[in-house]
Amino acid sequence: MGTGNYRRKTSHSEHGPGDGGSTGSWRVERPFIDEALCIPCRRNKEACFICWLYCPEIVISRTIPPVVDLEYCKGCGICAEECPTKAITMVDEARFAHDNKKKE
Amino acid sequence: MQIIEDGNTAAALGVRLCRPQVIAAYPITPQTPLTEKLSEYVEEGSLAAEYIPVESEHSALAVCIAASSAGSRVFTATSANGLLYMHEQIQWAAGARLPIVMCVVNRAVGAPWNIWNDQQDSISQRDTGWIQIYCADHQQIIDTVIKAYWLAEKVSIPIMVCYDGYILSHTFMPFDLPQQKKVDAFLPPFKPDYALNPDEPANLNTVTLPDVRVDVHGELAHGYMEIRYLLQKDTRLALQEAAQAEKRFAEVFGRGGDPYIEPYLCDDAEYIAVGLGSITYQLRVCVDELRREGIKVGVMGVRYYRPFPDKVIAGALKGKKAVIVFEKAISYGYEGALASDLKSALYEYLAGTGSLPVIQNYIAGIGGREIRTDNLTKALKAATKGRVAQEPVWIGLKL
Ligand code: SF4
Ligand code: SF4
Repeated sequence: MGTGNYRRKTSHSEHGPGDGGSTGSWRVERPFIDEALCIPCRRNKEACFICWLYCPEIVISRTIPPVVDLEYCKGCGICAEECPTKAITMVDEARFAHDNKKKE
Repeated sequence: MQIIEDGNTAAALGVRLCRPQVIAAYPITPQTPLTEKLSEYVEEGSLAAEYIPVESEHSALAVCIAASSAGSRVFTATSANGLLYMHEQIQWAAGARLPIVMCVVNRAVGAPWNIWNDQQDSISQRDTGWIQIYCADHQQIIDTVIKAYWLAEKVSIPIMVCYDGYILSHTFMPFDLPQQKKVDAFLPPFKPDYALNPDEPANLNTVTLPDVRVDVHGELAHGYMEIRYLLQKDTRLALQEAAQAEKRFAEVFGRGGDPYIEPYLCDDAEYIAVGLGSITYQLRVCVDELRREGIKVGVMGVRYYRPFPDKVIAGALKGKKAVIVFEKAISYGYEGALASDLKSALYEYLAGTGSLPVIQNYIAGIGGREIRTDNLTKALKAATKGRVAQEPVWIGLKL
């Protein structure tokens, strides 16, 4: 790029939340963590965090309980697949849309 | 300094004068001597570039894309099916706005397999977002390569410098070899706004959403459509920058002319032959002959095919009785692509003025079929007497 602002003319993004766009809008299914089954929740200890490790979008926090940033969770289901205690279930987004409507 | 060399050497010398830092190419007839020359220059140390041998044309352009993204001035060259094999990366290079310069040594495409000259290869890449410039002799080849680097880096759009296989690539002609210090004065080193750099990591051309987004800096970043619109806008703006390139080149080297078209005896002409590349110089011989018979003909070479200099062309053809388009390629199912583009430019600027010329389309030299000058003259003369046919007429067809 010779003149002007290169970033404005090409697809150029930097590392950081959201620079690839709001991937949360792609989601069809939402991960739901059952704290009764989740290891760190049950033991109240920093442990496991397999979901945090595997999430390709790096949107699960390493906290008790683990929290998913739904703005960028793309709903791939990898966390649910990897969770050793099957604490994560993928729930149809349509259900939340339905629930939201009911609330209104 | 005047030297006598073949067209591929003219291109290689031009490339060396531009000091590319990375060259990646895969040999294919009739481009082969060009890449061989460049690898010799690198080997002997007269060109300080990294020459990366690759296993295919697709990889050649992929290497150029990567090296250009890292801030290097790059070069590649190909022909025919090699160019077609690059097609996916060709589109990528344009969307990524990389100022790559590539020589396309025009050759027919398979099937059936054919190694001779026509222009179906580059014409088929018309809509890829690259600038396309056609050369008619060796001086134009070497000068165009130098101008192409300046223009590509100015507008951040890749450029194909096209010249006819064999007719130009393998024939010898005298031309002026520009001095290195003048080329250095004309063409400063390539300075990209952003080059890949581990200290400043970035994602280039990853999935880009249909809509705009707010980036990490909190600024609005373009969506795919904005990026593609800017490619179109800047490709049109490149027409103005091309004039700038021509002007600056003339200041430094003392030669040049109209950047977009090359008219020959057009001013008083009633009929104009139009073409791309070396055929336009052959047509000058026909024009001279017909002029001796008192027929007012001229010939106009189109140098920039993309961006298409529609306004300049319409202005040059305004009020002419007929425009006779000679093409070495065809858009199958319709007609020669240049004929279609000329019609559209003429319609755009001359519709309703009553000075729309008749357009006759000739297809010639497909797959290297010899274009005999007497046949060309005959065809040109026939078209001055009225429309020969509505469909494009293939010259020298033996059916
Ligand atoms: S992988 Fe399952 S058990 Fe482990 S932290 Fe995540 S949700 Fe809890
Ligand atoms: S692994 Fe997939 S589904 Fe689970 S939080 Fe990450 S993006 Fe969402």
